[in-house]
Amino acid sequence: MVEQARLSLLRVLGPLHVWALGVGIVLVGEFMGWNFTVAKGGVFGALVACWFAGILYSCVAMIDSEVSSTVASAGGQYAQAKHILGPLAAFNLGLFLIFEYSMLEAADAIVIGAIVQQLHPALSPTAFVVLTIAFLTWLNYRGVHTSLTFNAVITGVAFLTIIALLFGSEFWNPGKIIKTEELFTQLPGHADPKSPYGWLGFLAALQFGIWYYLGIEGTCQTAEECRSAPRALPIGTMSGLITLLIAATITWYVGTGLVDWVTLGSSAYPLYDAALATGKQWVIVLLFIGTILSCLASANGCINDASRAWFAMGRDQFIPKFFGGVHPKYKTPYRAILFLVPIAIAFGYTGLLDQVITFSIMSGLLMYAIMPINMIRFRRLYPMGSIKRGYVYPFHPFPSYVLLLFAAATFVAIYFGYWRNMVAALLFYLFASIWFVYHRYKMVDRSRLYTMPWPRPKGY
Amino acid sequence: MSDGTAQLINYVVWAISIGIFGWLIIDALRIETTYDRDLLVSSREGEIEKEIQAEHHDTPQGV
Repeated sequence: MVEQARLSLLRVLGPLHVWALGVGIVLVGEFMGWNFTVAKGGVFGALVACWFAGILYSCVAMIDSEVSSTVASAGGQYAQAKHILGPLAAFNLGLFLIFEYSMLEAADAIVIGAIVQQLHPALSPTAFVVLTIAFLTWLNYRGVHTSLTFNAVITGVAFLTIIALLFGSEFWNPGKIIKTEELFTQLPGHADPKSPYGWLGFLAALQFGIWYYLGIEGTCQTAEECRSAPRALPIGTMSGLITLLIAATITWYVGTGLVDWVTLGSSAYPLYDAALATGKQWVIVLLFIGTILSCLASANGCINDASRAWFAMGRDQFIPKFFGGVHPKYKTPYRAILFLVPIAIAFGYTGLLDQVITFSIMSGLLMYAIMPINMIRFRRLYPMGSIKRGYVYPFHPFPSYVLLLFAAATFVAIYFGYWRNMVAALLFYLFASIWFVYHRYKMVDRSRLYTMPWPRPKGY
Repeated sequence: MSDGTAQLINYVVWAISIGIFGWLIIDALRIETTYDRDLLVSSREGEIEKEIQAEHHDTPQGV
């Protein structure tokens, strides 16, 4: 029998591209967003949130590396959940991914528009929001290798600007530019900058601590496009996490040492403000460039990830099969890429940065809550030795329980600040699930759903 | 930079964006009308694993 010709995504990516995708999406969180931890928990609260989120994301990276080194499929966590937890969990994870990344993309574009307008008030932020999305969409449409190589370059430069800020602050000469000792000087009648609201402030800071790392889990969206997923994904994800841990630590140290905690806690561009505090023109210029590049890299990675999740869901007919289309020349999920453009522009056009970001974070956190359950079941269904693993994460199931606990604590923190958003998001996903179970799943061709040549799971 | 220059930049930015979206739409329409619809959605999950297994004549085993 002659097998029908098939199109597939191009397998051209290596560990550097995986690194560029993961760090590229996240690094913008060092340039803005993390500093709200300082407003909630003070300087020490921000450090605790940084460590706390670091542990949470270490668990995420380890779990992702093991499962995605086995499920070499576009869709990442969506595809993993489909094989391990079932269609409903997969459908929800697919939606979490799409909203997490589409909204983050919109938020990045909004920030680029706002930065450009600061150069001249007559420049239209909307025009630059649309240009950012148009250019990055074109890049993603033309091919994954080019778009992620571009991300590697701009992410690398953005990371180097953080290093430049560290050296510009003359960290080896404390007291000259960095004024860390002022943190230990409590002025009469003023709140203690280290911990103005005590332990409750520490808890409240957690929700913003995840800005340091939010999105690193997106690396596994490239699984189907890696030359060797079992090698590239663990190396790219782990090196990405290490890069982010270094960047987060420098960011906290330099930010809190250069800018007073009240100003820092409400700053829109904290690292740029820190650069201004050094008084050095070359540092200021570099941080301006770094801020823009980090936004571009993040939006670019988000387009890549959201489109892969949408494509994978289309291929499985969880949404219309049409979206599972592959471009015959560029080998990209072109229909998914194009479909998500008006959605990103619509969110970007609203200009509601905090609401857009909160929905993105909520979607990410819901995913983190399901990932440990996914991991524990994965080890039960496919014990060691039953299936090839490119990476085996250590101390199982301890990291899964830690992730579950930390995700729950962050949910509590978000509840205090954004309980309406939380309820709205949960209701949205509940209604979407009802639609899927009672309507959409009837249309799914189940013979196409599980085409991975895996052994039977234990007990089946 | 004068307000007039800024306005001109806005127009150029809009023009580039429209140009990019125009190219994307035309290319997508060309693909839709040139290729067989079943071919465009013929991608399947697990193709990589099948290829690897065929190349190495391997059976799943642990690390």
